[in-house]
Formats: sequence, C-alpha cells, structure tokens
Amino acid sequence: MPDFDAIVVGAGPAGSAAALELARAGRSVCLLERGPFPGSKNMYGGVVYGRILDTLIPNWWEEAPIQRWVTRRATMIMTGHQALTVDYRTESWGAPPYNGATAYRPDFDAWLAGTAQDAGAALVCSTTATGLLVEGGRVVGVRTDRPDGDLTADVVIACDGVNSFLAKEAGLYGEVDAANYTVGVKETIALPREVIDERFGVRGDHGVDYEIIGCTGDVPGGGFIYTNADTLAVGLVLSLPALAAGGTRPEELLRRMKAHPAVAPLVEGGEVKEYSAHVIPEAGFDMMPELVGDGILVAGDAAAMCLAAGIWLEGVNFAIGSGAAAGRAAARALQRGDTSAAGLEGYRSRLESSFVLADHRKLRDAPHLVMSDLAQQKLPALACGVAERMFRVDNPEPKPGLRKIVRSEMKANGVKFRDAISQGLRALRTFG
Amino acid sequence: MSSAYPEVSFETRMGSVEFRVDADRAHITVDDTRCRDCSVRGCITACPADLFVPTSDGGILFNYEPCFECGTCYLVCNEEGAITWTYPEGGHGVVFHRT
Repeated sequence: MPDFDAIVVGAGPAGSAAALELARAGRSVCLLERGPFPGSKNMYGGVVYGRILDTLIPNWWEEAPIQRWVTRRATMIMTGHQALTVDYRTESWGAPPYNGATAYRPDFDAWLAGTAQDAGAALVCSTTATGLLVEGGRVVGVRTDRPDGDLTADVVIACDGVNSFLAKEAGLYGEVDAANYTVGVKETIALPREVIDERFGVRGDHGVDYEIIGCTGDVPGGGFIYTNADTLAVGLVLSLPALAAGGTRPEELLRRMKAHPAVAPLVEGGEVKEYSAHVIPEAGFDMMPELVGDGILVAGDAAAMCLAAGIWLEGVNFAIGSGAAAGRAAARALQRGDTSAAGLEGYRSRLESSFVLADHRKLRDAPHLVMSDLAQQKLPALACGVAERMFRVDNPEPKPGLRKIVRSEMKANGVKFRDAISQGLRALRTFG
Repeated sequence: MSSAYPEVSFETRMGSVEFRVDADRAHITVDDTRCRDCSVRGCITACPADLFVPTSDGGILFNYEPCFECGTCYLVCNEEGAITWTYPEGGHGVVFHRT
C-alpha cells in the first residue's frame, strides 16, 4: 500500500488547487512545500485574476487575502524621456465578482493551501522533494530531505515551479534553453495608503495595474507597477540571454525606470521594504514539457503555464486552472485504478478544452513578438514620436496630417514599411 | 531633486530580504576551474543577487547564502558542470513576505 493516493509537490496555486480537488474527491493527498509556509518561495508581478476560483471556492473574494481590486489598467509605452499611456478604468471591477486583484503571494498562497487543508489534504512544509521514486519506469513517489523521507503514492503531481527538477527527472522536458526564460525583479515599496490613493487616482480598496514597455534599456523585457494597500510593487521582467550577454544589471535597469519622469513622481519617497527575484517560463506553449507520464502529472509554472503575452501577463490563474484539472484527472484515474500515462491522459484533454491550453496555443507567438526588436525599441520610439507630433502645436506651420506624421516618424526611427506590415499581420494573427 | 529619489544601495536592497541560511550545506556550488575557460560568464551580470564575483586570477567567487533560488545562474551557464544547483534543505533559504 502506498503512503498516499497522491503526492502534490509544491504548495503554490497549482499544487493547492490540485490537492483541493483530490481531497474533495475523498483521496488521501500529501501537499509538500519546501518553504517554511506556502508562498514563502513565491514571487510574481502582483495581480491575480480570480474568475477561475469561482467554481472552486464560491464567493472566494469574501475570504481571499487581497490587497486592492484593480479598477485601472494602464499600458505605458516609454522612451528615455517620453511616455504614452493607454489607461482603462471601470468601477465595475471594484465590486463582485471582480476582475483582477493585487495580493502578496505569501498571503494568497497560504490561504489557498489552507482551503486544501480544510478539505482534508495533509500540508507538510519545510520539506524539499529531492527526487522521484521510480519503479519499472513508473513514478511511485518522491524522495524528501526528511529522515526516512521517502513517500509513496499512486500518482505524483509536480507543481514544483519554473525549475521543475521533478518534471526534468521524469524525462518530460526537452532541452532547456535560457532563451525561453526571463527573470523578474521587484521592489516592494512602502508608501502611506492615502499617498497611493492620491498618486494613482483611486479610493478605498481600488487599485491600479501599469504595464510598461520600452523601460528596459539594452535588455529586452518590460516593467510593471502595481498598487498594494500601502506598498507599490515596482519591477522588471528581463530576457536571460541578453542579461547574460553583458546587458545592464537588473537593479540598475530598475533604478533607471524608477527615475523616469513618468514613474518617478509615482514612487518618490517610498521605502524599499523587500527586494525579490524569480525566473519566469516566458515562452509559454513553445517550451511546455510533456504534461503526463506514468504516475506523474505536471502543472503550473513547472509546466511553463505562465502567459507572457504583452498586454496579458497572467500566471496564477493558469496555475490554478491546470492544478485543478490535474487534481480532477488524478482523482478519476485513481477511481479507475489506472494511474499510468494512459490512465492520466484525461488531464491533457481537460486542459485542451479550457482556457489553459486554448490561450497558450492561440498566443504562442506573442512572447516572441513582444521581445522582438521592433516591439522593444522601435515601436516605443515610433508611438511616442507620433503622439508628440500629433499634440505639438507648430504654429505658424499648419497641422500635418496623420499619414505624414506616421511616415516621417517611421523613417526617423528606422521602421521599414514592409516590416511594419509583416509584424502587424503577425500580431493580428496572434491577438486578432 | 536627488534627495527625493535616494539611491538604494545593493546592501540595503539585499538587506530587505530574509534568508534562513543553512550553515551546513551550500545548495549551489561553483567549480570555478571551469569558469576560467568561459568566455561568456553570464552569471556575473544576470544573477539578480549579484553572487558571482570575478577574481583577479580569472576565477569566480561565489556565495550561496543570500540567494533567491531563482535558477538564473544555471540557466545562463555556458560551461557544462560549472554550477551544481539544488534547492536548500526544507525550511531554509529565502523567505518572501510581501511579494
């Protein structure tokens, strides 16, 4: 008899959702976490999209530890001295059922793990899974760093994060390429709540999400500013190969973004309370491992399910969606008494028929588009240049037509008409 | 103007992070005999905790203690076998609070 029906490695959103579904199905499940508490190893930009929680935890917003509800979502395109912002706001996202929320992962992940515990999952913290137990080519458990730490189960769900050594050990990953990854760095900056309200034009528990392109100098990437209750999350996401090729160091790029005239007044005077860094599986669909093996499923960042698609930066919802699907598929396989790869294959079809793989498949080209030289360097200069010319009054010269402005700004910024069309069509195919 | 935007020193930045250091075991080790042949040395600029320091004799000085456990170093490493990377023992290493 194995020790448990299922072992879930990693009590992040994917792991807790998987454990919750297994426990609800009446299965014995051990939820392993290497940190001293769930979320203690986890870091992200700062926004959770909660719609995926509606079916898992009805009225989740009454209990989830969130910081602010995002009612303003802004995309800023900047050059060294200019900024053009598209700023959408709606008060309806500040009321149930809400849309996005800022939250601290150590709070949020601990809460979600708590719901799995309440359902009957056994949460074991401060325990690192150091490897897989394999018998006859089939995963039958994990090794841990506890004394006598081998744990056996009919199925293991690897939710062990972006580096997923378990999925790699199981042979589910192809060659690992640094070009598929970015690193996120972030400062949590304390400011009085009323100062945040004033600077960002919000009240009460409403908050703001800024996503920024053109702010990462010689390293392809992007930036973000999110409002928590009494802190800001200010950070960058940076291409690993470009950093490694001698690009400017992350903290220096962050310092420069904070000093930009469009950002400095927002963050001025704040005290850095916590610095953090985490790797992101940026390439999404194109880097995903095999999701199913004999006795093992992979979910969340471990399966590269972070969506880094420029205007959409999501991960926690994909982790919860994939984790819950893994939990249900594992419960069904356990019920049938077949947790071989064939018996677990329902996981993949569940994902195929949900947003998890539908969005990733549709947007598979988006990470490449966003990281391209055109999007990173030329588009910000072009967009800001066009805005400058549109709004600048050059009397006694008459106003130029938009076509003339665009043509001259394209020329000034080295954007070829042919490239703009081909990249535009590519973007339309992806986002359209 | 400059007083409004005080620069955060790297020491202050890293001092804001909790690390429960495992004094008994380094979770990452660097065999810097291999680093001497490396023309890229991407770890030096890419490690967000700035833990890879070039030495005057062409090696790399590495400190595992204030490490985010992010994985950047082994992902960018150009020399097979130079970096041995594991997670710290359970309960040890970085502990985030408001991330």
